[in-house]
Amino acid sequence: MHRFRFVLWRPLQLLPVLFGISVITFVLIRSIPGDPARLLLGTRATPTALAKIRAQYGLDEPLWTQYLYFLQNLSQGEMGRSIVFKIGVLDLMANRILPTVLLVVGSVILSLLITVPLASLAARNRGRTVDHAIRLVSTAGLGLPAFWLGIMLIILLSVNLGLFPVAGFGDTWLDRLHHMVLPCLTVALALSAVLTRNLRASMIAEMASDQATAARARGLPERVIFRRHVLPNSLVPTINLLAVNIGWLIGGSVVVETVFSLPGLGQLLVRGIFARDYMVVQAIAMAFAVATVLINFLADVLTVAIDPRIRL
Amino acid sequence: MSDALLEVQGLTVMSGRGSVVEDVGFAVAQGQVLGLVGESGSGKTVTCRAVIGLLPSGSLAITAGSVRLRGQELVGLDALAMGRVRGRRIGMIFQNPSSHLDPVMRIGDQIGLAVRHHLGLSRREARAHGIELLRQVGIPDPAARIDNYPHELSGGMRQRAMIATALACDPQLVIADEPTTALDVTIQAQILRLLLDLRDKRGLAILIITHDLGVVAQTCDRIAVMYAGRIAEQGDKRRVLSSPHHPYTAALIRCQPASGGGQGLLPTIPGQPPLVGAMPPGCRFHPRCSRAQPRCREVVPPLEAKGDGREAACLYPIEAPVLEFGR
Repeated sequence: MHRFRFVLWRPLQLLPVLFGISVITFVLIRSIPGDPARLLLGTRATPTALAKIRAQYGLDEPLWTQYLYFLQNLSQGEMGRSIVFKIGVLDLMANRILPTVLLVVGSVILSLLITVPLASLAARNRGRTVDHAIRLVSTAGLGLPAFWLGIMLIILLSVNLGLFPVAGFGDTWLDRLHHMVLPCLTVALALSAVLTRNLRASMIAEMASDQATAARARGLPERVIFRRHVLPNSLVPTINLLAVNIGWLIGGSVVVETVFSLPGLGQLLVRGIFARDYMVVQAIAMAFAVATVLINFLADVLTVAIDPRIRL
Repeated sequence: MSDALLEVQGLTVMSGRGSVVEDVGFAVAQGQVLGLVGESGSGKTVTCRAVIGLLPSGSLAITAGSVRLRGQELVGLDALAMGRVRGRRIGMIFQNPSSHLDPVMRIGDQIGLAVRHHLGLSRREARAHGIELLRQVGIPDPAARIDNYPHELSGGMRQRAMIATALACDPQLVIADEPTTALDVTIQAQILRLLLDLRDKRGLAILIITHDLGVVAQTCDRIAVMYAGRIAEQGDKRRVLSSPHHPYTAALIRCQPASGGGQGLLPTIPGQPPLVGAMPPGCRFHPRCSRAQPRCREVVPPLEAKGDGREAACLYPIEAPVLEFGR
């Protein structure tokens, strides 16, 4: 299995990426106007109180010293303390990570469940009404913002039909999954709009390919050719497109979590930004960066598993 | 030719702009190798795709003629019935093994899919069958190669694997569309020898499509020369190559490197083959023919028997042997 050897050294590439991300987020969040101490204590806080808070979080030190502290913390597996919540950032994130993970994983699974059958249907009925309908819907889907789609789904499926909860997360696992359906569907629909068009196009190209013609010359029925030859060959570009879109998906979780009041990392990030809770924003930005890189890595592994020619 | 395995008569294939193949007829007997020869665009590939029922749907269609395999008419068969002929009774070898084998499927599975579908073998039986096939087409260490992906094989081995997929269900006829064009010269000879071996061992009929008279000289028993969608001349290979009746055949032979004696520029046929939809009236070759007479512009020459089992479509055929070929 030497073609999977890249699995060993590829994670090392993560290090420079993380370093870059840490610098960027560190500088960016601090260049937004606004003072965390002032936001925390309000406009009537005394200068001594403000100074005390600043000293407590090291905000009175020069920027580069703060960054070194940040790196030092990081090397010890610490991310600092939240200014607003007054607890360790990692504990804070641990409480919030589940809805976001469920949202991302659920959306990806759901989007594939939508994309593969729809694209197959469109490709195999190219030029017919089904194909036009699927293309029309997916084009429309490209233009719809996720928050609008989410709100429409809430109105239709939750308010009118009462099928799913309007918002929130729930306590038992079953309840949580029930709460996750609409948010995942919202993201999956938006994602499928992109993926379906791409997959349909590569399926059509594969159906006209030399190797599909050769399979026909072997007398295989069209459905076997589609399942065994066309589908595997056309999935590779779509998986890569999906991986590219994961970054967008993770960023989009901020909006979707807000619409559905999901207590996830995206929502925490928004609050962190408004409160200039530097430690929280840094940590979540880093976490999102790591997740994006890891998911792309996973897509690479999957690509190599499907297409033996690919060497990474 | 009632004992013919494959008999094509009056085959006409139309595209939106005109006929791509017109009134083509030939026959292949069991154990025989027929070479279908012509330039690019002469309609030889379309002819063989029409035989196996794989014309690109929508753009090309058979409008007349018949294709009989052991007396069974194939033109007009529904998809299901044609699926039982393709792969099962007619195998096809394509020009480019690199693009005609599925890059993400193991060789064994590509053979296995067909035999499991047509012969109903189990997975295990199909694998054993595949190993045996790979051995027959001369792939060393077949038990290991069967788990290789196409890109892990060399070009020649890939073409052997493709031949194995074509032979998987023991067909009576194999159509080989430019089987050696994508290979280098030393491998070409090996592949052609393999095809002849298989013909001898299995009693296969082989239809080879090629533009290379060298390939024809090495392998074929009979030869049919196509020009602009029509058969110009056909007959026994030796007779056709040594004393062609049709000026086009003669010109093709003159263009072969071997006949120039290795000195000076190779002769070429002036002009271009006509395009579909812009065919010249009369004989389609007359604008490029050195022997053309005024009547060639008006009369479509019928394919006429010229004795000794040969047919040529020329109003003013060459009668005397003019050159020698294949020393």
